[in-house]
Amino acid sequence: MRRLSSFRDFDWVLLGFVLVLSVISVLEIKSATVHTKFHGFDHKQLGFLAVGLVLMFLISMIDYHRLIDIVHWAYGISILSLIAVLTVGTKVLGARRWIRVPGGHFQPSEWIKLVLIVAVARYFWGLAGRELTWKDIGKAFALVCIPMLMVLKQPDLGTSLTYLPILACGLFLGGIRFKQAAIIFLVIALLIGGAWKTGKFLKPYQKARLTSFINPDNDPQGSGYQIRQSLIAVGSGGIWGKGANKGTQTQGDFLPIPYTDFIFAAFCEEHGFIGALGVILLYFLILMRLIQNAQTASDLPGTYIIMGVVAVIIFQIAVNIGMVVGLMPVTGIPLPLMSYGGSSILFTFLALGIVMNVRMRRFVN
Amino acid sequence: MMEPASHSEHPALGINGKAEKLPAGKLHSAQYIVALILAVLITGLWRLQVLGADNFRALADANRIRKVPILAPRGRIFDRNGRLLVDNYPSVSCYLLRDQAKNINLDLPLISRGLNIPIDQIQTILRHYQAAPRYQPIPLKQDITPDEQAFIEAHRNELPELETLDVQRRLYPRDGFAAHLIGYVGEVSEEMLNNPRYAFYDPGDVVGRSGVEEAYDAVLRGTDGYRDVIVNSRGKELGHLGQTLAIPGKDLRLTIDLDVQMAAEKALEGKIGAIVALDPHTGEVLALASRPTFDPNQFSGHLTKSYWNEILTNPDHPLLDKVTQAQLAPGSTFKIIMSVAGLQEGVAQDMRVMCNGGATFYGHFYACDKHHGMVDIENAIPWSCDTFYYTLANKLGIDTIARYATSLGLGQRTGIDLPDEAAGNMPSTEWKLHTMHQPWYVGETISVGIGQGAVTATPLQLARAIGGVASGGVLHRPHVVFPDEVSPDELEAIHETFSGSGEKRIPLSAQNWQIITDAMAATTLTGTAAASHLEGIDFAGKTGTAQVMSHDALARSGGGHRTLPNAWFVGMAPRRNPDIVVAVLWQNGDWGSNSAKLAAQVIEAYVNKQRKRDNNVRVAEVPKVPAPAPATVSTPVTD
Repeated sequence: MRRLSSFRDFDWVLLGFVLVLSVISVLEIKSATVHTKFHGFDHKQLGFLAVGLVLMFLISMIDYHRLIDIVHWAYGISILSLIAVLTVGTKVLGARRWIRVPGGHFQPSEWIKLVLIVAVARYFWGLAGRELTWKDIGKAFALVCIPMLMVLKQPDLGTSLTYLPILACGLFLGGIRFKQAAIIFLVIALLIGGAWKTGKFLKPYQKARLTSFINPDNDPQGSGYQIRQSLIAVGSGGIWGKGANKGTQTQGDFLPIPYTDFIFAAFCEEHGFIGALGVILLYFLILMRLIQNAQTASDLPGTYIIMGVVAVIIFQIAVNIGMVVGLMPVTGIPLPLMSYGGSSILFTFLALGIVMNVRMRRFVN
Repeated sequence: MMEPASHSEHPALGINGKAEKLPAGKLHSAQYIVALILAVLITGLWRLQVLGADNFRALADANRIRKVPILAPRGRIFDRNGRLLVDNYPSVSCYLLRDQAKNINLDLPLISRGLNIPIDQIQTILRHYQAAPRYQPIPLKQDITPDEQAFIEAHRNELPELETLDVQRRLYPRDGFAAHLIGYVGEVSEEMLNNPRYAFYDPGDVVGRSGVEEAYDAVLRGTDGYRDVIVNSRGKELGHLGQTLAIPGKDLRLTIDLDVQMAAEKALEGKIGAIVALDPHTGEVLALASRPTFDPNQFSGHLTKSYWNEILTNPDHPLLDKVTQAQLAPGSTFKIIMSVAGLQEGVAQDMRVMCNGGATFYGHFYACDKHHGMVDIENAIPWSCDTFYYTLANKLGIDTIARYATSLGLGQRTGIDLPDEAAGNMPSTEWKLHTMHQPWYVGETISVGIGQGAVTATPLQLARAIGGVASGGVLHRPHVVFPDEVSPDELEAIHETFSGSGEKRIPLSAQNWQIITDAMAATTLTGTAAASHLEGIDFAGKTGTAQVMSHDALARSGGGHRTLPNAWFVGMAPRRNPDIVVAVLWQNGDWGSNSAKLAAQVIEAYVNKQRKRDNNVRVAEVPKVPAPAPATVSTPVTD
């Protein structure tokens, strides 16, 4: 029997929350860029949102099981495209992240997140019902870390880090035991410590970025300056904020990149603690809704897929807002649904589309 | 109707056919984890926006409002007749701003070319200011030329980190004229900032670093004003809020007489030493010169490393003001103090000593440079007979000598209003016990009697002490700025900062006063300074030839310029209640009579000027001894 998919099952509530956030985002981008050379970005963001919505609807119509079926191919193509980026990619500011395609540029690393979510879901689905052996864990790591390391080499530390929550989520849901997790933590900690000490895997500016959040006045490359300005912008907003378009740090050009990485700081300056609580509440509602969809998914891969999306989104929220309030280093990870940027918007809406996809098919049997 | 199931149609079955369970507990955990993460973020926001709001609001305002200083011009410095010694001139300085988010190092080659500064020098400057807060601008170059200014203007876009500031710069007399007296300005140092005296100064402030510039910095510097300007992060002015005008520094009139100073500087040409001229009636300093000297214009401009090294490594210490800081054995000039002690103690009046080229005390032979025959107090001074004073010293004992010397200001600072005055040293039994933990040996008193041994003094101390004796026992606090030039509060602060023996009076009987002063007059007539006799001027004084090495060391050394004794002379005119007393130190100048010639030059310049001004021809009249109690205000020398 054909799968019953009806737009009645489309998660309109979720879409509602998402749209509210999107509107806030557009308004905030407008406020942050109106006096700068980036004015007009709010219009662009609207454009991205429109395209995103369309894509979301489209992808929700394809049965996600089809996606699962073709994930092998998708994964293969992803790896190939990453190789292409590393070899023939366009170099911009010392980083290769794009490849030229007719019609523009293509940045694979964002799309690969989607592929990975599905791939990981499929992988763990195959292991369902049994304990994870070290071999399983190892294969899971390989699955995610290979593309991750390739992205890291571009270099794009921020994006590569967003692959990790997918892996972590998969392992968590797949039933990794506490002991195994602890061992993995230890090994990773040692590796990171080693990589740090030898200085081989992180470029100096990346190192500086990662440590400057501890002591913002210590950084030559400017990310200490960014954090400091962010803290000032957020803190000076106080409880009620300075009012829309009245953020002196944002308007006076003190807050760096206020429309992407630090958009939340700009928002906090204008709308204060109350406003910030509001946005976080929205995120909370969206995430809870997503998890609820995961709970009601009809099968295991559906659950994994939705939780993969949840993992990526909460990770990005934690890292971005953490950075804005000085708890995390500057990593260039965008705030989902708030930061300006086509890649981020499209990824988020596609991911949401897949979630809708799963939800819409939950009653099929 | 069911079609054959592919696994995608039967999602309830896993790939391996086993039934699967949805990890429900895990999903609950996930909810809690999400909530926890968001809670942590909210806590972070709480810390900033609720707890830290005031703090950050202040920081935000600091970001927004910048105080652009309006620099106050520094007070000018004049001599006592209103002639300009130190002036300001307008100049443009270039600063480097570091609160931009850009990497300045990339711009260094361009900046180096445009401002004509070698790259490594810029890097040194950057390193020097590394620890300073980022919003503090770094001075890159002072006195930039119009070309360099044009460069900065033309590159405003590429080099927003460069900023110019209009400042006033100090212009000092050339060739180090009066350099030690005037001093120089520079940036306030770390140690100074820790001193409570500089509590209201900020890093980067220009302050006096020596001389009058330092001592009277609070008076000279004025108060900077500022403009409150609204800026964006590029420092571009968006508007301004208000301003406070600068209060210019106060001009200062020094007690220095330019003509006397010129004579003193000329007299010291090519020599190493010091000359100080005082007015004993008031303590006003008429001239203060020290050699070798330095060029303070080099300090207020851009101090080159080579010049600085040159100054530091010069063994004759050009930065040292030898008038107030050279602590050396005074030699025979000390005999005046000995004479006061001997006469006031009633011992010296009736002393008759046979000088046969020296005498033996406690088994040692102490030499005198001549065979003077029978010597009494009246010719001991003009002949400068060592044997007499060895004997006198032996009779008085070190502690009596020390008592009189201390009462005349030796072994303490005088309290002159210049920084870093040295106190010299007057030995005594207590001193030796205290500093060397040894008893005083009577044999040591003998050499003290002629101003050798452990006694040391500065030219200033000698000028004041001997001038005071000639004034009947009245000593004043030497000063270089007229007291009414500054407010009473400021004056009090000066006196507190530069503490010393200040105003003093010692008992000196009229008779003793006359004996000593007449004997000093005889010095320039028939005594050791006869070659410096000045016709028509009642010029009196005392020579001093201070050994710089012991006789044994001299014998061993084999001679050479540096082994020559220091030549001292303290002279005055007229002999009693003098209008001017001059102390000359000529290091390695050999006989004191050589210094007497220099003193004579200075005194002659002074007297000639007075005569020209008062337009009367003075006869060198010997003033009679006035009534017993010496007046505090002397009668001016009239004709």
